[in-house]
Amino acid sequence: MSFKTPVGAFEALAPVTLNISQGRFVSLIGPSGCGKSTIFNIVAGLLEPSSGRVLIDGADATGTIGRVGYMLQKDLLLPWRTVLDNVILGMEIQGVPLRDARARALPLLRRYGLAGFEYLYPSALSGGMRQRAALLRTLLFDTDVILLDEPFGALDAQTKLQMQEWLLQLWSDFGKTVVFVTHDIEEAIYLSDEVHVMATRPGRIVESIPVAIARPRARSATLTPGFIAIKERCLALLTLAHHASLEAAA
Amino acid sequence: MTVQETPHVAGVGSGRETARSQSAQWPRPAKTVRRLPVQKDWPLWAIVAVQIGILVAIIGLWQLGADDGWIDGFFWSKPSAIFATLITFFTEGDAFTDISFTFRSTIIGFVIGTTAGSMLGLSFWWSRNYAAIAQPYVICFESLPKLALAPLVILVFGLGLASKVAIATALTVIVSTLTTYAGVKAVDPDQEKLFYSLGASRMQVFRKLVVPFCLPWTISVLRVNIGLALTGAVVGEFIASQHGLGRQILYAGQTYDIALVWVAVLVLSTLAIVMYVTVSWLESVLRKGVKQ
Repeated sequence: MSFKTPVGAFEALAPVTLNISQGRFVSLIGPSGCGKSTIFNIVAGLLEPSSGRVLIDGADATGTIGRVGYMLQKDLLLPWRTVLDNVILGMEIQGVPLRDARARALPLLRRYGLAGFEYLYPSALSGGMRQRAALLRTLLFDTDVILLDEPFGALDAQTKLQMQEWLLQLWSDFGKTVVFVTHDIEEAIYLSDEVHVMATRPGRIVESIPVAIARPRARSATLTPGFIAIKERCLALLTLAHHASLEAAA
Repeated sequence: MTVQETPHVAGVGSGRETARSQSAQWPRPAKTVRRLPVQKDWPLWAIVAVQIGILVAIIGLWQLGADDGWIDGFFWSKPSAIFATLITFFTEGDAFTDISFTFRSTIIGFVIGTTAGSMLGLSFWWSRNYAAIAQPYVICFESLPKLALAPLVILVFGLGLASKVAIATALTVIVSTLTTYAGVKAVDPDQEKLFYSLGASRMQVFRKLVVPFCLPWTISVLRVNIGLALTGAVVGEFIASQHGLGRQILYAGQTYDIALVWVAVLVLSTLAIVMYVTVSWLESVLRKGVKQ
């Protein structure tokens, strides 16, 4: 998959080219306002780029919706639907008969940590459980590419670690191409094959850092020199970007 | 904490020390010590007993005053006469025709007004331009004293049920429209974004997101609307009608039959309470249905 994204009317994004090969896990990190969400909205077809194209498997997907799974920061579960009926929303919209959709979703809910919650309403779920449901909804909307916009941003540190393991499990089971946005550098490195560091004014990618740590990764991988070196590089880039934006403001 | 050190310390940078020394110059005001106010709840029977007591006292004083002459029985009537009239009202008059007439026009107006209003409010979701164009008309109709148009409505719709229904509808429709539209405006744009990212059509977003989301808003006006519909129906009967509790009140007033006025008002209040309780129950059932 590749896309070339570009220049908004007030230059939200400088021309950006990002190539992501199939089945990879890629993260975008950067300060607020660097255009991460803009890129996602363009890829999901919710925003028409002023120039540039989105190519998925070589086909032009600019401005078309329903081509990629998109999970926004909020879980956005519908409070009047049970967890089961929430996760089948994508299939339902695509016209899959309700019974078939439920039959496909049930085993997945049970296998991926929502057993016993299938027929509850979202209000009865904890933050982590709601995020799981939202992510399963994205996965069940069977697309090759999924975009995750800070899915664990609102969770407490411990739940976040659990959810990271859970996400890696899902990723290796489903073989999707994942684009992940986060503010958490360690999270980005731990999960990804490649980390793209972005800067603001205008939004652009300043460096793409491959993460050559063998999978499956143990949590202790975060303490290895290789990991720390990448983390330091990311921090340096982000601090640099921060200073640059301060100077630009002054 | 002494004042003397202040000149030396000032300027060296310990602003805090300076502030503290200065505060020593002003004496602390004496504080009033209070206890947290605590209210004691009476048991339910005591509350009910007092409520009944008040009612009995009012009726008793009224009766006593009218008998003794310090309340003018001609203008205010008295409880015993009202009770007697109540019996005659139900045994001899066409009480049930009147009650059913008022009841029917209220319910029909309520249903039409609430349904049409909700649909109108929901329709604004479809086009921002259409909503913007309709906005001033909706506001005009809201601020218009609809009851002032009642004589016109009677002329157009005639003396029968239709004119009462029309007034009740006019009063309720706008409340439902505005409330449902408030619901439409409160739909989370991110939620819409999610639906579109899943490739939804506008109709799908409307049916699966907007309508269920706005349902609690629509439901929340039911109780207000039942009261408004009753007001509309009764005012319609005041202006011109052959049946109804409103007509009964007007007729009794014009013939100085004050006891009958009270009876009709009493029956009307009972009808209002019954409808209000029913709608409240309906509301709680619906709320459970939509899980919010």
